[in-house]
Amino acid sequence: MILNEKQQMLRKLYRDFAENEFTDELLDRLEETGEFDWDIFHEMAKYGFTGVKMPVEYGGEGGDSLDYVLMIEEFARVSPVLSLYANTSNSLGSGPLLFCGTEEQKQKYLTPVAKGEKIMVFCLTEPGAGSDAGGTLTTAVEDGDYYVLNGRKTFVSGAPVADYAIVYAKTDPTQRGSRGISMFIVDLKLPGVSLGKPEHKMGIIGYPTCDVILEDVRVHKDDLLGPKDKGFRTAMQTLDGGRLGVAAQALGMAQGAYEEALRYSKERKQFGRPIKDFQAISFMLADMATEIEAARELVYSTAEKKDAGDPESSKLCAMAKYFASEMANRVAYKAVQIFGGYGYIKEYKVERFYRDTRITSIYEGTSQVQQMVIAGNILN
Amino acid sequence: MSNYDCKNLEAFHGVMVFCEQRDGVVNPTSFELLSEGRKLADDLGEELCGLLLGGDVQSLAKQLGGYGADKVYVCESPLLDPYTTDAYTKVLCDAVQELKPSIVLIGATNIGRDLGPRCAARLHTGLTADVTHLDIDTAKYIEFLNETSTIDTSKGKWDMEDKGLKMTRPAFGGHLMATIICPRFRPQMSTVRPGVMQCAEFDEAKADACEVVPLTVSLTEADIHTKVVDVVREMKETVDLLGAEVIVSVGYGISKNVEKGLALAQELADALGGVVGASRAVTDAGWLPSDRQVGQTGKTVRPRVYVALGISGAIQHKAGMSDSEYIIAVNTNSDAPIFEGADYAIVGDLFDVVPTMVAALKEKK
Amino acid sequence: MKYIVCVKQVPNTSGKVAVKEDGTMDRSKMATIINPDDLNAVEAALALRDRNPDAKVIVVSMGPPPAMGMLHELLAMGADEAVLVSGREFGGSDTFATSQILAGAISHIGLEKDDIVFCGRQAIDGDTAQVGPQIAEKLELPQVSYAADIQQEDGKLIVKRMLEDGYMTIEVETPCLLTCIKELNKPRYMSVRGVLEFDKKPISVFDFETLKDEPLIELDTIGLKGSPTNVYKSFSPPVKGEGVRVEATTDGIRGMVAELCDKHIV
Repeated sequence: MILNEKQQMLRKLYRDFAENEFTDELLDRLEETGEFDWDIFHEMAKYGFTGVKMPVEYGGEGGDSLDYVLMIEEFARVSPVLSLYANTSNSLGSGPLLFCGTEEQKQKYLTPVAKGEKIMVFCLTEPGAGSDAGGTLTTAVEDGDYYVLNGRKTFVSGAPVADYAIVYAKTDPTQRGSRGISMFIVDLKLPGVSLGKPEHKMGIIGYPTCDVILEDVRVHKDDLLGPKDKGFRTAMQTLDGGRLGVAAQALGMAQGAYEEALRYSKERKQFGRPIKDFQAISFMLADMATEIEAARELVYSTAEKKDAGDPESSKLCAMAKYFASEMANRVAYKAVQIFGGYGYIKEYKVERFYRDTRITSIYEGTSQVQQMVIAGNILN
Repeated sequence: MSNYDCKNLEAFHGVMVFCEQRDGVVNPTSFELLSEGRKLADDLGEELCGLLLGGDVQSLAKQLGGYGADKVYVCESPLLDPYTTDAYTKVLCDAVQELKPSIVLIGATNIGRDLGPRCAARLHTGLTADVTHLDIDTAKYIEFLNETSTIDTSKGKWDMEDKGLKMTRPAFGGHLMATIICPRFRPQMSTVRPGVMQCAEFDEAKADACEVVPLTVSLTEADIHTKVVDVVREMKETVDLLGAEVIVSVGYGISKNVEKGLALAQELADALGGVVGASRAVTDAGWLPSDRQVGQTGKTVRPRVYVALGISGAIQHKAGMSDSEYIIAVNTNSDAPIFEGADYAIVGDLFDVVPTMVAALKEKK
Repeated sequence: MKYIVCVKQVPNTSGKVAVKEDGTMDRSKMATIINPDDLNAVEAALALRDRNPDAKVIVVSMGPPPAMGMLHELLAMGADEAVLVSGREFGGSDTFATSQILAGAISHIGLEKDDIVFCGRQAIDGDTAQVGPQIAEKLELPQVSYAADIQQEDGKLIVKRMLEDGYMTIEVETPCLLTCIKELNKPRYMSVRGVLEFDKKPISVFDFETLKDEPLIELDTIGLKGSPTNVYKSFSPPVKGEGVRVEATTDGIRGMVAELCDKHIV
C-alpha cells in the first residue's frame, strides 16, 4: 500500500518518537520492575498518541484506523510493551463508549481518556469465561438507581493503573449464552472494587495485568453503557478493532526482530565471513522479510476497509490478527536462531521480542478463536 | 570610505590577520594564522599585518611580530572590551576599508565565526568558513592535490600565474573537500580552523622589528546594540563520551593490574585531552561505571581519535566505535579483531606501550 | 509579534554518502533531513510563542520544491505559517547570496519592533555558520550567535552565548537575530493533530518574481553565477588505508606519535 503524505509524516513521527524516547534504559527498567512508567505515558499523551483515533470533539486527534495501526506498528517495533501504553485508550478502553455511549458518557469518560488524563480498561475475561461469554458469572442486580455488581474479572491489562473499567456482567440470568449481558462503566475507586496482585508474565512486562474483584459494587444507572442485556454484541465489535491493534503490534514486533537479525547477520563472522553469506541464514531472512511484507499489506488494507464500513471487515480483522501474530512468532523464532547463543541472552533485543510476540497469538482471542471467526464467516 | 571599491581588485594588497584576544591573552590560533599568513604574504611578495582589537592591548602587539607580522595595527577603546559583534565588526570593517588588504584571515573560533560573516557581508565580499588549507601558488596547490586527493592533476588546464587565494575546507561532514575561491571581490576572506595551521617558532628578532601602528577608532556606545552582562569562564569536568574528541578505552587487558591499567589510561587520555571509556568486560567487572561503556549495549561514539587498550574488539564493541575518525589499537594478540579497521595497530602490552606513548606525547608538547 | 525561523533541508551526512564520479555529492541519492541546529531554532521560537500566544511562528526556507515537505513537518510541529523561497535564479547561491535572498524574504514578510529572527548556528552540509550573521547584517539587526539559553524580560532578551571556555550573558532588544545551538533545548516532535491539520495553515512560495524588487537583494550577486565565492575544485578526502602496524618499541611508538602530531590528528 502506498501511504499518502500525512500517513508518511505520522509514521516518521511515531518512529522518531519511539527510537528516541524508548531508550534502552527505560526498556530495561520496565523489564526489571514490571511497573508502569508514568513519564513516558504522559509524554505519549502530550503528542496525542493516546487519542489518535478518537474524535476531535471528545479530546482525540481525529485520525483513522490506519493512522492508529501505523502508531502501534512503529511503537512495537522498538518496544512491544510500550505500544500497549498508547493502545488501550484507542482500542478496547474506548471502543464500547464510542459505539454506544450517550453524549454525557462520552464527554465525561472519553475526553479524559483520549487526552491521557485517565486510563480506562476492558473487563471481559473471567476465570471461567474467555472467548465463551456464556460462562460469564459476574452479575449486576438492579437496586433503585443503582446496579449492584459482583464477580471477578481476570487478566485485565492495565488494571493496576486504571481509573475506569468497562465491565461485562449478566443482568438477565434467565437468558442463555451471550445474551442477557450488559456493559457498565465502573469507577475503580468505588467501594467494593479491589485488585488482585499483578501477574508475573512471560512478556510485555511493564504493563501490569491483574484481576479486578467486584464485591457489592454500586454502579449508578447513568453508567450502564448501551442497551441493557445486549452488551455482548458491542464487545464483539470492540474486539474487531482490538484485533487490528494486536495485528499491528505483531507486525511491528516482527519488523523489530527482523531488523535486529538482519544487522547482526552482517556483523557476526563465522568461518571467516559474515553469517549473512551463508544460504541458511540469508534464506531465513528472505522468508522473514516476505512474511512481514504480506502481513503489512493485510493489516493496512484491513484498516482502510474497516473504516470504509466493508461488511467483510470483521473477518478481515480476525485474519489480520491470526496471520500477523503467527507470522511474528515465526519471525522472532528465526531472529533468535540467527543470533545463536546471544539470542538466548537477556541483554539482546531478540530475546525480548521472542517472549513478547508470544502474547499476540493469545490475547484478544487466541489464534484458534480467530480461526473459528474466520471459518464462521466463510462458511455462513 | 568614498574611494573604497570591493570590485577594484588592483587596489588591494597584503595579508591581514585578525588577532583575537580574550582578557588580554592572545588566542593561540592567531599565532597559527600569522605563521600561515606569512607564507601567503611571501608568495604574493606583499606585507603581512596583524589587527589587534581590545581595551588595553598595545602591549600584546610586539609578540605578534614574532610569528611573522610585519606590522601590527592596534585599535584600542574601552568599547572593545569585552567582545561585541557590533563594535568589532565596525572597527574591523573600518580598518579593512582603510588598509585594503587582499586577504583577511580570522580564526574560526566562536568569536571569529560570529565576526567573520558579519564583516564579509558588510564589506560585500565572499567568506570561506572553517578552512583547513590555504594556497596562493597554483604549483603548490597542485602539489597539495597530488598528496591528498585522487585527482589526476596532469589533466585539465591550470593557470599557473593565478595569485588568487585557494581556500580548502571539508564539506558534508568531512565526506568531501572543497576548494573555494573569491575571484571578483576583495578582500578574500576566510575563517581558519583552530589547531590546523602549523605554528612557526617564535622569533625574538622579528618581534623587535615589528612595527606597531595605532589606528584611530571611531566608535560610540550608540554603535553597540547588545549589552554584555557578564562573562563566565568555566571548564567542563564531567566525562562526556559522546562529545569527546578523544577517547581512550580500556578492555579486559588491564585485568592483570586493574588499578595501574586505569591510571595509565587516564594518563594517556590527559595527554591527548580526552576521556576514558571502557569495553563491557570492564564495566561488568565494576572497574569503571557503566556510563563509560562503549559498544552495542553501551554508547556509540565517533570521536576524532579512539585508542583501544587491551580490547579484543568483539563486534559488539566495534559497533559502538568503528565510526571514529582515527583508531589506535593496542593488544597483545596480533589476531585481535580490533586491529581490523584500526589506523594504527600496535601488537604489544599496554602496560609497556602506554608509558612510551605518554612520554613521546609530552616531548612533543 | 512574529518569530521568523530560517531552516534548511540538508542531506543526512551521518548516513551513507553518495559521491558522483566527478567527486561532488550526489544529493539525489541521499536522504534529507531538517538541519539539526535549525530544529533547535524552531523549538526556541515555538517555546517563546507558547508563552506569548499573540505571536506567530513563521518558518522560512530557501531550497528546491521538495523542501516543501520539510516545511509541512514544521507546521505539524506547531509553526503557524510557512514560506518556501524557491527559484532557479536562487540555485547555487553561496552564503553571501543566500543571506541576501533570505533577508529579502524576511523584509517581504515584514519585520517589526517585537519580532525575532531565529537561525540554527550552522547547517551540517556546509558547516559555515555564516548565513545567520549575514542575514542580521543585511537586515541591520543585532545578533547573538551560539545561543544556549534565551530568557525574555520586559521586551528584552537575555541570551547565554557560548564560548569555547565558558559563556557570555548578553542583553539584546528586539528586533534581533539569534543563532541557536543544540544545548538550547530539546526540539519537540510533530503532534498527531499537527500532522492531520498542517494543511489548514498558510503556506506560501516566494519565487524570483516575488522578491526581485526587494531592495536588499542585488540581482547580480545571487545564484551560482553571482555568488562572490565559487567552488574551484572539489574532491574526496584520501581513502582510509588498511592501517599501519606499529612496532611496539620505543622508536616505533615515538614514530607514530610524531606522525600523529604532524598530521594534526592529536
